[in-house]
Amino acid sequence: MKDIPVEKNLVDLFFRRTLYGFAVLAFLLLGGLFVFLIDLGLPAFKEVGLGNLMSLEWNPPLKSFGILPFIYGTLVSSLLALVFSTPISVAAALFLTEIAPRRIGAVFGFLVEMLAAIPSVVYGLWGLFVVIPWLRTSVEPFLRKSLGFIPLFSGPIYGVGMLAAGLILAIMITPTITAICKEVFGAVPRPLKEGVLALGSTRSEMLWIGVVSSSRSGILGGMILGLSRALGETMAVTMVIGNTAEISMSLFAPHQTMASAVASEVAEATGVHLSALGVVGLVLLLISGCLFLFLRWSLRKGGYSR
Amino acid sequence: MMTPSPALLEVKGLKAYVESTEILHGIDLGVSRQEVVAFIGPSGCGKSTFLRCLNRLHEETPGGRAEGRVSLEGQDIYASGTDPVRIRRRIGMVFQKPNPFPSMSIFENVASGLRLNRIAKGVELEARVEAALREAALWNEVKDKLDASGMSLSGGQQQRLCIARALAVKPPVLLMDEPTSALDPVSTAKIEELVIQLKKETTILMVTHNMQQAARISDRTAFFLYGDLVEYGPTTKVFTTPSDRRTEEYITGRFG
Repeated sequence: MKDIPVEKNLVDLFFRRTLYGFAVLAFLLLGGLFVFLIDLGLPAFKEVGLGNLMSLEWNPPLKSFGILPFIYGTLVSSLLALVFSTPISVAAALFLTEIAPRRIGAVFGFLVEMLAAIPSVVYGLWGLFVVIPWLRTSVEPFLRKSLGFIPLFSGPIYGVGMLAAGLILAIMITPTITAICKEVFGAVPRPLKEGVLALGSTRSEMLWIGVVSSSRSGILGGMILGLSRALGETMAVTMVIGNTAEISMSLFAPHQTMASAVASEVAEATGVHLSALGVVGLVLLLISGCLFLFLRWSLRKGGYSR
Repeated sequence: MMTPSPALLEVKGLKAYVESTEILHGIDLGVSRQEVVAFIGPSGCGKSTFLRCLNRLHEETPGGRAEGRVSLEGQDIYASGTDPVRIRRRIGMVFQKPNPFPSMSIFENVASGLRLNRIAKGVELEARVEAALREAALWNEVKDKLDASGMSLSGGQQQRLCIARALAVKPPVLLMDEPTSALDPVSTAKIEELVIQLKKETTILMVTHNMQQAARISDRTAFFLYGDLVEYGPTTKVFTTPSDRRTEEYITGRFG
């Protein structure tokens, strides 16, 4: 073996040190973010206390800083988005990988990915001027009439509210979940699919047994990735959810999420109010962080091992 | 019923294509009941394709299609209007690499064919699953962990699980595409023993690259070369006094 020339070695060393530096920078940024949020939120803990922060009432002028309505709004709107988006994404991915002719699949796949590139404020505008009027005049009255006995579909109708936020979020996370499902479905080995067919299954049974159910952990991974996007989405949600810090069973009622609360109130907040918004940001970061860790863990554990 | 048993499987002028390439150039071959037929020949000569034409799986290959006549118990499986799904319910298949369904338990794997074809449920389903696992000589090894994932078994066990899965629907014909090529010698011996047991009930068509295996377990041997059936006859004859020079050269290891 020949020795590597010294100059090359130096370049290599410099390159490695630089990359190392950037890696450390990423770590410092994350740490700095945490320290900043804790520092911002600490006064709220000191002045109003944990009991106040963990209450149901958010009313800054009256020194009530309960962030539970925001947590509720974030979780429910994101779960709603997941419920709407998952079946559509799985079906779209199945169509694109297994059913559509290759060229059509490529075109539609491209269009679905394009959805991810649309700025969220555009979704917000569209939600405000198209989806909300539609919800207010058609969908929600119909739901209330036919399913009004369920608390979810009762109460006054505004148009803006949880359902609108869930729908817009669903459209926004569909490209994410579809893209992951496409990858996972594409990785199902041919012999597995043929094995199902060879047992005398129809095409749809093959798709269900061979492709969808053997990709469960991958679909879950896509859902969590979509969920983490929905949790943090701010602009579009702020525009359609109604910005009311309340917890109501009704999907028609206006709510507020953690992200939309911070975005819509931070400009005029001072003192404890601002500090409480820092707590909201910290909780949001913690929830997203836990979700991310769970995602890594579930992907490693239930990984597509073949 | 004592009807004279005609050939179980009768193949006439079978040609197979992928896109415009002809893989099989018109194969004629008949198989009787309770036989093990071995298919030998160099790689890429169409043995697997031939097998996959018999359960109409070849047409699932992108660009794959077949022409000719294949009759199973007198019925042409390529006749127009024949649903390949029905054919596959009567002709089971075991693949080269064990392919248990990863999301299913051992029990569910074996039950899957029965459920798909709505053959059995409840107590009867359990009985059929146990019978199939016994037939595949796997029951004693898995009876205490039927709920474990099929993927948790060893390679040889997985392959026997796949055999049990294919046998559960009691197909008259079982196709095996190099079923032991991914297995160790001990597992291979178990599967060979199994094949000899199974032929009382099921006719077996098996592709193998292992000459000794073909000689040990088959009643008849078919030698494929470049998409043609060069020789087909009783195994002892094919291996001791082959009528074609190319067969002899292949068997004695002069090419392939």
